[in-house]
Amino acid sequence: MSIILDKVSYLYGKDTSYEIMALNDINLKIDDNEFIGIIGHTGSGKSTLTQHLNGLLKATSGHIYVDGEDIYDDDYDMKKLRGKVGLVFQYPEHQLFETTVFEDVCFGPKNQGLDKKTVELRAFEALYNVGLPDDLYYSSPFELSGGQKRRVAIAGVLAMKPKVLILDEPTAGLDPAGRDEIFDLLKKMQEELEMTIVLVSHSMEDVANYVKRIIVMDKGHIMLNGNPREVFKYYKELERIGLAAPQVTYLMHELKARNLDVDVDVTTVEEAKKSILKALGR
Amino acid sequence: MNIIKAINLVHEFIKRDEENNVVGITKALDNVDIEIKEGDFVAVLGHNGSGKSTFAKHINALLSPTSGTLIVDGKDVLQASNRLDIRKKAGMVFQNPDNQIIASIVEEDVGFGPENLGIPTDEIWERVDRSLKTVGMTEYRKHSPNKLSGGQKQRVAIAGVVAMEPKCIILDEPTAMLDPNGRKEVIEAITELNKKKNITVILITHYMEEVVNADYVYVMEKGKVIMKGVPREIFSQVETLKKHRLDVPQITLLAHELKQSGLNIPDGILTREELIDALLKASQG
Repeated sequence: MSIILDKVSYLYGKDTSYEIMALNDINLKIDDNEFIGIIGHTGSGKSTLTQHLNGLLKATSGHIYVDGEDIYDDDYDMKKLRGKVGLVFQYPEHQLFETTVFEDVCFGPKNQGLDKKTVELRAFEALYNVGLPDDLYYSSPFELSGGQKRRVAIAGVLAMKPKVLILDEPTAGLDPAGRDEIFDLLKKMQEELEMTIVLVSHSMEDVANYVKRIIVMDKGHIMLNGNPREVFKYYKELERIGLAAPQVTYLMHELKARNLDVDVDVTTVEEAKKSILKALGR
Repeated sequence: MNIIKAINLVHEFIKRDEENNVVGITKALDNVDIEIKEGDFVAVLGHNGSGKSTFAKHINALLSPTSGTLIVDGKDVLQASNRLDIRKKAGMVFQNPDNQIIASIVEEDVGFGPENLGIPTDEIWERVDRSLKTVGMTEYRKHSPNKLSGGQKQRVAIAGVVAMEPKCIILDEPTAMLDPNGRKEVIEAITELNKKKNITVILITHYMEEVVNADYVYVMEKGKVIMKGVPREIFSQVETLKKHRLDVPQITLLAHELKQSGLNIPDGILTREELIDALLKASQG
């Protein structure tokens, strides 16, 4: 399932004195089964962009095509779109509200109008897929750890069986173990369930380690769009807009400047290790 | 001199059912011994639920120990008459800046603390001036906190604590909700407080990069202190940290992996410069 954004612009507070151009002429194609990271400074338009992808915000101008259909057509079924494109907000655990974990996960599919049996089946499947231990299915969501709560919140969206899952800073506020769990889960969903994952992140290291494509947003524009190696080549430009490359990328540049023949486009510890060992003739 | 001394500190959370029967006891702090020297920058690491925040809340007497002793600046927290004094000595900053800002103008928010201490008005304003300057927020003093970025809000919250002129500031994951720029701003502000004003800083964090320059590090798990030492000692034990599923700074991790591959690199590398020097030496050798 592909999503195409064609010249999409969005103005907050249109026709008022507070008018702000949050998205400016965005052209973007998201293909099947991609793993995309969106990075950018606070206020760069990342969250605004993600909220367009499932029709929560409507572009001021431009078109969005999902599966070849223009979602702004009068007869387009927005409900269907929200079933296809799931959105997980920042701190999604704040949205848990039911008395048990299982009930909470049922909420989404129940609202899609599915029968009870299908709803429960989907809830079980979703909870299984996020790897929550089954003795917790009937506990109160508020008794879980931060990482577990977040997995329940993700399961709530998964139960609606979206093809595309968009997550706004899915690991913010989690400890390192919780963060790794979430990223491993997303990787599994992309690889095994063949979903498209789009995530907004502030951690360059995490983005470099997991995603296949990075979109860099700045002032409502797409500034860079490519795989981590291509994007982090422009580390000086990234710094200018308040971002940075992973630590290892800087290290490699400094080593190169000291006449060690290493690959400067490295973005992960694993790649750096290989390149350094090679340069030292090991 | 130790500003904080915890001996065999225990804190139990008791869970009760509707009839008030005890259904479970969680030991959030399990015989914790921690000593913090005045003027130090101390970091406390550990997972969610490891007891870090419970410990922090003991330092300014928000929680009372179940057993054991905790002395803050020479005063025993168990004695109720000491609590007000202790809260003046030890200020606290929490994770979410939105939960700790109460006034509609930055300078009024910063003045709230000293006002409650009964400080004369003239001195309140002097303290507000100084605190805002320390955290680099003077130019925003007339702004509404709502319009500030996360990092700026957190610096306002810190200024509010600084204005109470505590000897010690405890920050409970102050950067967890911030973007990289905000994180940097906050850490710089804290470091400045520690170095220039000689305020003891206790920083609770998940981010290992923020710990590298600390004077001393405690690592907690399941209510116990499992590691302690200067950053270099802590980060030279990469395997132990990994076993406890804690992060290691990327550069330290790379140095460790390179060493495992047979390169002659010392343990506990913390910065890029150190790794570069080690690698250049290794390439010549």
